[in-house]
Amino acid sequence: MSSIPLNWYLIVAALLFCIGLFGALSRRSAIGILMGIELMLNAVNINLVAFWRYVEVDGLAGQMFAIVVITVAAAEAAVALALVRALYRSRDTVTVEEIDLLKW
Amino acid sequence: MREYAVLGAFLLVGIVLPAAVVIGGWLLGPKRANPVKNSTYECGLETVGETWIQFKVQYYVYALIFVIFDIEVVYLYPWAVAYNRLGLFALVEALIFAGILVAGLFYAWRKGALAWF
Amino acid sequence: MTLEQGIFILASLLMLGSALAMVTARSMFVAALWMIGTFAGVAVLFILLNAGFLGIVQILIYIGAIAVLILFAIMLTPDVMGLKPGPRYTGQWPLAAVMASTLAAVIVLLLVRAGNDWHIADAAPNVTDFAVQLGEAFMTTYLLPFEVASGVLLVALIGALVIVRDE
Repeated sequence: MSSIPLNWYLIVAALLFCIGLFGALSRRSAIGILMGIELMLNAVNINLVAFWRYVEVDGLAGQMFAIVVITVAAAEAAVALALVRALYRSRDTVTVEEIDLLKW
Repeated sequence: MREYAVLGAFLLVGIVLPAAVVIGGWLLGPKRANPVKNSTYECGLETVGETWIQFKVQYYVYALIFVIFDIEVVYLYPWAVAYNRLGLFALVEALIFAGILVAGLFYAWRKGALAWF
Repeated sequence: MTLEQGIFILASLLMLGSALAMVTARSMFVAALWMIGTFAGVAVLFILLNAGFLGIVQILIYIGAIAVLILFAIMLTPDVMGLKPGPRYTGQWPLAAVMASTLAAVIVLLLVRAGNDWHIADAAPNVTDFAVQLGEAFMTTYLLPFEVASGVLLVALIGALVIVRDE
């Protein structure tokens, strides 16, 4: 048995998730929003691995999920940053308040 | 967990040693600033233009291709470690996996994304 | 307090402190550097959870690749480097702060009330030769995710290249 209770991991992951949420909701820069989302994905991974370690010791589903989440996060970052770059070239800004083509 | 003690010791030395050098230099060194001393050091040449310059998009393209193949390592490493226990089927699967990504590399190459201009 | 608990608390403080510094940093470049500290803290947590492979993957992918990608993207857009002075947050940031802290309070309260009421397994996972187990799992139960991952990566590579290319 580990000397660290499962709860500690869950609480730390929840706090990290909420910090990331704040970053994603409040940042003006599109890259800042993306970084907030990366933080949230990391918090989810901590939860998955913690439950794998404490509850599902025989299987591998928790770790598999974490690896897939990391893969998707990297693919998402690659495409999102390419979009930011294209946006910067065409509109000369990455501030989300000024990207309002779809608003009326 | 014990095998990570060595890693932790390395980490500690890696943090303490550079910090000691920087802080020691800051404490012991004389501080007599003048405009020439405060200017940006660039191999002895005078600096031209601003520090924050626009980087070329090629840097991003290279990093992008690196990220994709970095993740390929994560999937192929467990396969390579378990290779002896797996049969021909696993080899074929891994070849399909690598083949799909090599197709992406081929696309990048044909589109000139690998060229440095 | 055991050594493990000490390392956990230290890593968590590093992680949450860097995360807070990240979302409050004025320059996006500085924020990205703080983000690396957060990723390192998460890697330590993975290692404490007996998931050494994932800890190394975290360092390899997040710090070695994604953080570098984000730093390059920031350097490509002088806008966010801090050249144009302007507010960090949108006008709705107080609302975002209230929402995030409310959510944090609710989750933490629920977790504290739940206490240790989980079905915790008695044994620690068997993590000798873990990469081998993972490799065998990839070739049997998790074969589809393994192959789909290459498809996802291929689409991401081609899509990002098409979007980012200078005409």
